[in-house]
Amino acid sequence: MSRPLHRLLMPALVALLLPWGALHADEAASVATDPVLEARVQKLGEELRCLVCQNQNIADSHADLALDLKKQLREQIAAGRTDDEIKSYMVERYGDFVLYRPPLKATTVLLWAGPFVLLGAVAFALLRRLRTRAARAAAANTLSADEHARARALLNGEEKQV
Amino acid sequence: MNRFLWPLGIFVVLAGFLFAGLYLNPREVPSPLIGKPVPAFSAPQLADPGKTFSPADMKGKVWLVNVWASWCVSCRQEHPLLVELGKSGVVPMIGLHYKDERDAGLKWLAQHGDPYLLSAHDRDGRVAIDFGVYGTPETFIVDKAGVIRYKHTGPLTPEKLRDDILPRVKQLEAAT
Repeated sequence: MSRPLHRLLMPALVALLLPWGALHADEAASVATDPVLEARVQKLGEELRCLVCQNQNIADSHADLALDLKKQLREQIAAGRTDDEIKSYMVERYGDFVLYRPPLKATTVLLWAGPFVLLGAVAFALLRRLRTRAARAAAANTLSADEHARARALLNGEEKQV
Repeated sequence: MNRFLWPLGIFVVLAGFLFAGLYLNPREVPSPLIGKPVPAFSAPQLADPGKTFSPADMKGKVWLVNVWASWCVSCRQEHPLLVELGKSGVVPMIGLHYKDERDAGLKWLAQHGDPYLLSAHDRDGRVAIDFGVYGTPETFIVDKAGVIRYKHTGPLTPEKLRDDILPRVKQLEAAT
């Protein structure tokens, strides 16, 4: 009984949803116009942080601001600006924080060099430790005459273990 | 003994950093615009679209820019404070009506009070991008020479206004 009704309603529902899709097509349309431009927008957008949703880049984000900034990217690329020019445009407004790859300068030296310094320090500590251990092992290998005698006795089973 | 102290030491340092991190606000992004001239723009006024507003109109005055919208919930939170500030007449405040319909903005001001000298209508959010706006409300202090001196992101609180905004305004006004 409900089935024919359902079949009747389905096209009506689709018809209702179609204009909704058309309404939201303006964003999709600007994406489709020029694939080369869009690829650059995507690539640049992946390097820029969305400040509203800070763990997303603006290529992935659908926040209002990210959409606006993508529009900016599109316009500026279309106007023939280079990637560096566009990035510095963003940095002028939002600071270095907007870049997912922070520039190397005095305040970010620790950020860039930190992991390598840490790795170097740990490698150095490990090396030193291995060396002292090897030296200790070498020292421990030299037995006195007494110890040799006792060891021989042990191996021959002449001395009982505790 | 040393062997056990090392991991403990590392743990304490790490825990210290993480603990301090709990009290940092990741939304507070330092603005590169502080110390820079206020972005030049010209936008239609909210109440009178026939007229435009440009920061050059405020030259010689210390003024505030407050970014707001009728859809912005935190703007409503800070708004009574702004209305009070507007009434006191301590410092002129320009509203930047951000990504919002004119009618909605006017209705909102009629309903909650209008503390602004005037509001500039930034329908597509382009002016706000030049201001580096990423979260409404935002408040800027601009000095007499048209240089941005301070920025606050998020709703203003009475403490923030009293301790950070107003003393700076006073200081800038005293400067020639």
